[in-house]
Amino acid sequence: MTKTTPAAKKTKAAKPRLTLGPLFFHWSPEKRRDFYFRIADEADVDCVYLGEVVCSKREPFFAPHHDAVLERLRASGKEVVLSTLALVTTHREMDAIRDSATDDLLVEANDVSCLQALDGKPFVVGPFINVFNEGAVNYMAAKGAVRVVLPVELSTDGVGLLAGYANKAKLGTEVHVFGRQPLSVSMRCYHARARGLHKDSCQFSCETDPDGLTASTLVDKPILAINGTQTLSHGYAALLREIPVMAKSGVTHFRLSPHDTDMVKIAALYRRVIGGTMGADDALAELTNLMPEARFINGYAHGKEGMVWVA
Amino acid sequence: MSAPVYLELVSPAGTPAALVAAIDAGADTVYCGFRDCTNARNYPGLNFDVDEMAEGVAYAHARGRKLLAAINTFPRADDMAPWHKAVDNAAAIGVDAVILADIGLLDYAHRRHPSLRLHLSVQAAASNPMSIAFYRENFGVRRVVLPRVLSVDEVADVVKAIGIETEVFAFGSVGSMSEGRCFLSSYMTGLSPTSEGVCAPASHVTYVEDGDKIVSCLGGVTLNCFAKGEPAAYPTPCKGRYVTEGRASYLFEEPIGLNVANILPQLKAAGVTALKIEGRQRSRAYVTQVVSGFRKQLDALARGETPPPADDLKLVAEGGRETFGAYGKGWR
Repeated sequence: MTKTTPAAKKTKAAKPRLTLGPLFFHWSPEKRRDFYFRIADEADVDCVYLGEVVCSKREPFFAPHHDAVLERLRASGKEVVLSTLALVTTHREMDAIRDSATDDLLVEANDVSCLQALDGKPFVVGPFINVFNEGAVNYMAAKGAVRVVLPVELSTDGVGLLAGYANKAKLGTEVHVFGRQPLSVSMRCYHARARGLHKDSCQFSCETDPDGLTASTLVDKPILAINGTQTLSHGYAALLREIPVMAKSGVTHFRLSPHDTDMVKIAALYRRVIGGTMGADDALAELTNLMPEARFINGYAHGKEGMVWVA
Repeated sequence: MSAPVYLELVSPAGTPAALVAAIDAGADTVYCGFRDCTNARNYPGLNFDVDEMAEGVAYAHARGRKLLAAINTFPRADDMAPWHKAVDNAAAIGVDAVILADIGLLDYAHRRHPSLRLHLSVQAAASNPMSIAFYRENFGVRRVVLPRVLSVDEVADVVKAIGIETEVFAFGSVGSMSEGRCFLSSYMTGLSPTSEGVCAPASHVTYVEDGDKIVSCLGGVTLNCFAKGEPAAYPTPCKGRYVTEGRASYLFEEPIGLNVANILPQLKAAGVTALKIEGRQRSRAYVTQVVSGFRKQLDALARGETPPPADDLKLVAEGGRETFGAYGKGWR
């Protein structure tokens, strides 16, 4: 028997998993169902997050398909996590949080109200709850968290430090590595506002933009993407070169955020980069072929403005 | 909880001079921060060292008023010491409460200083009774500063449900995003409001004249172009003009200030404990004007009279125009 060093053991144990985060956009129920069916059947991801994070008004549309999608994903052997709403104010939304908390599925808490409802049940801390330091990591571990999805604002240095503390507390860490980065949530619906409507009579105008509505500056530079009450980066985060260093620092899960593109192919690319069978530059070239119109960003990972690309 | 008879007036104090001005103008309470990244208004030339804050406590207490220390940013990993020290210092100099947002820091303060009064900062984004209950039960939080996203009816609902004090924003910015969870400024500047306490830092703001217009930028991103003399807000990302579907607009919020002076009776009936004026970055003259304006209103209200028109406040409102923001119907 060969003697393994602790470091070698750690590397072996730390094979990161690939996840598909919750869909932020308001796709038609059928499109959404078929998307998840295809993910279940074809995508090489370990875990899929289901659930409406952005706007509770959208929730009833997908409800009739939820069970079928859940069953198909489970049958494919993927872990399924239920994501909850990021901004909770109404009684109906609080009831939905309580329902999620008692569900059999593991829950991703995206608002502190969910932590209150979970009451000791294991959970994933979603990216809309701020966990920026070891104090918060340790507190979440004591409350029953199994992993923490880190805020998109963190640099890879910050990610590395938190992954270290999380490992010590027996927590996993998850990092958003593909897709537009969520930058803010509001009570106000900007899709409705952009079209002269209010949230209460929004006519679900967000459904026209499956990847978000481009907001440009006055000098015609696309800068943000609007998705109802949510604001995202216009550029698509593409953390590929950064994966090896994050994996080495102990990050356990890498998250792809669903977009209206070929997510099965994107999952395959990321899987190969994580597995070390494809270089980041080759993966980036393929990603560019898949999404020729997209602008990629990685600024936050390098401690810079989130909107920039650091070559 | 029955409605308090008295609405506490909470004033910003960005400097020791503003603190004195606020108290002399009739503030019941002032809030201020230490001169570093531990507070959410970490702007050059602002804030207090420990001795200055201790003098502020003495000035306030001698007049029967209170001082709150805002330590409301989110410490980064391996760098919690300045925040721990800020909490320890605040406790040592006898502040009446600390205003915190980070769960790690709340846990620290609750364990280390069990008798220190904890207020939950707006940066914690606790927008419903369940979230507030979490902070109350786990950390003994005694007051919550409610996010600027709730209507008056929703505020009343929250007050009834939570069994602790509430503080609501009365005057200042509208704050259209869920606070403490907005990364727009770091997206454009690389500096984080959540950790470094600076939204749209002046070092990254430029104004360029373009004929009879002025162009304002943040981090090189054009946020507005306006005629000289046209009301325009300081260029934070949520106050910019953007183009969607070929149309330029104030997509997130108009250049307009929040002022609740005309709905004070409703807020009192809703049972809120305290009214918060925003603006630690604003001048001493601003503090005097806004605090005395609200003092007159609140004193009239306490006497059971209809508060006088608050015209004097309109002059200092952002962009010279006012709104009830999310408190009113239709804002969303």
